[in-house]
Amino acid sequence: MSDIRQQLRSYIEENFIVSASASLTDSDSLLDKGVVDSTGFIELITYLEERFAIEVRDDEMIPENLDSIDNLTTYVDRKLQAAATA
Amino acid sequence: MTFVHHFLDRALDRFPDKPAVISGNRHYSYRDISERATRIASALQRAGVVRGDRVAILLDNGVEAVAAIFGIMRAGGVFMVINPQTKKDKLAYVLENSGAAALISAHPFATVYESAVAQSPACHTVLVAGQADDHDKDGKQYRSLERIFADMEAPLSDPGTIDYDLASLIYTSGSTGKPKGVMLSHINMFTAANSIATYLGLNSDDRIVCALPLAFDYGLYQVLLAFNVGATVLLEKSFAFPVKVLDLMVRERVTVLPGIPTIFTMLLNLETLPGYDLSALRLITNTAMALPVTQIADLRRTFPQARLFSMYGLTECKRVSYLPPEQLDSRPTSVGRGMPNEEVWLVDEQGRRLPNGSTGELVIRGSNVMRGYWRDPVNTAERLKPGPLPGEVVLYSGDIFRSDDEGYLYFVGRRDDLIKSRGQRVSPREIEDALYLMPQILEAAVVGVPDTLLGQAIKAFVAVRAGQTCTPRQILAHCRELLEDHMVPREVIIMDSLPKTESGKIRKTGLADLPQP
Repeated sequence: MSDIRQQLRSYIEENFIVSASASLTDSDSLLDKGVVDSTGFIELITYLEERFAIEVRDDEMIPENLDSIDNLTTYVDRKLQAAATA
Repeated sequence: MTFVHHFLDRALDRFPDKPAVISGNRHYSYRDISERATRIASALQRAGVVRGDRVAILLDNGVEAVAAIFGIMRAGGVFMVINPQTKKDKLAYVLENSGAAALISAHPFATVYESAVAQSPACHTVLVAGQADDHDKDGKQYRSLERIFADMEAPLSDPGTIDYDLASLIYTSGSTGKPKGVMLSHINMFTAANSIATYLGLNSDDRIVCALPLAFDYGLYQVLLAFNVGATVLLEKSFAFPVKVLDLMVRERVTVLPGIPTIFTMLLNLETLPGYDLSALRLITNTAMALPVTQIADLRRTFPQARLFSMYGLTECKRVSYLPPEQLDSRPTSVGRGMPNEEVWLVDEQGRRLPNGSTGELVIRGSNVMRGYWRDPVNTAERLKPGPLPGEVVLYSGDIFRSDDEGYLYFVGRRDDLIKSRGQRVSPREIEDALYLMPQILEAAVVGVPDTLLGQAIKAFVAVRAGQTCTPRQILAHCRELLEDHMVPREVIIMDSLPKTESGKIRKTGLADLPQP
């Protein structure tokens, strides 16, 4: 799981340009911190689907799953576990 | 009376207990909003705000922002809604340029507003949501909004406002790079809201969802329109999570969905969209960017129960035109004709009025036309020119349109090089100015390129000084520090040098089509 967390953080830092003045903690809201904007979540979802070979369903596109590194990590981990046991 | 804040007074008389605002799952009645607005107004007056003083609002969409808008007007002030993504340098510019006497914000924005307020000599008071205590700092008074709301209702003195006074300044991108404050009087906004409510056929049973920022006049007017007819507005902070907005629309039986093509694309891309019960939805409105014909067809097929209005406007007069939904089949690419209580026509390069079936610059005449740009007579004179009657002015939009035989308008292009991204006008100059603040950058040019989601995406071309290096990523990080999200370039291309005209200026024409290194 720490590996997933690290991958997500690297991707976000590289692609969404976390500004120097905004230190992003794992629990920070990506939206409120201005890191990912409304159209940026579409890019983030595409990344999740390609990198982790998961399908992000429409009803899963909610802040509880996507709007922080913590939430993303938990969500991706759950999806991967579900796929493994399926 | 033709005051914008009388929308609230009138709705309070008719529907005191009806939800005026739904935000964060909470319902706020017209009485709730009025009480908060009065307390804000009296706190502002106690702090020394008088008729005509500008008061800025830096808040996310929510009940505090709505109460602030009406509270400022009740105190006789001029409200200015600032995009909550604004960075401190730009906020400092807007506060300084407007000479704002006060700011209403929230504690999470402290890192943005504290230095900006400290730099603004005129700004003496900040009302802060989410701050427990009152305190003074750098000679400014910081007052807790929660304490103001909890106070006994204090009497308000009549500021003596007349409808000719300014109600709002709306800062908008200008071709010169610095944002300009569009001056809107009470009569300007009151008549615009009446015309729009009339042609849309809004009524007090409507429930309007607004995920557009209130700093964008299209978002702000959702609140004004709802209050004008005594309806309910549902405020969402953004459209980042479309299914959240859809859940809300189902739960609250939303009747009106104002959007821009970016929002409609996000909605139509959801496979589960048909599963949401949106049977209450009766109106969909689009403005800011033209809807592609395919999207018009998709929206009508997906929401057969709703009437779709294609509209066009600019902050300087709010709305210009709308296409009656029954004209969509015969004129799908038109933005319609002038709205009620307004006259529009096209002119040639010499300002001569053109007959239907011509192409020219669109001119607008009506009481919705702004009073000018704040402290900017040069730009004002370029937009507001003498009209048919002695002493009156009309608005030259800067937009080129074609009209058909019956006067329906079709957008052709802009006279300046402003970019439209996510429906908002963006000044290439403002972005170039930000780029030049990076010491490594020698030359910079910013253009808009077609983008299916954004309308236009912002693309920056830069040349780096000899002996210096920087990466596109560093350049983007720099832009993020200075600009709101919708102004940050989507892409940065580094070139050895930028192409020039014979006179040595950077040549932007064709820049986006050059083979890239």
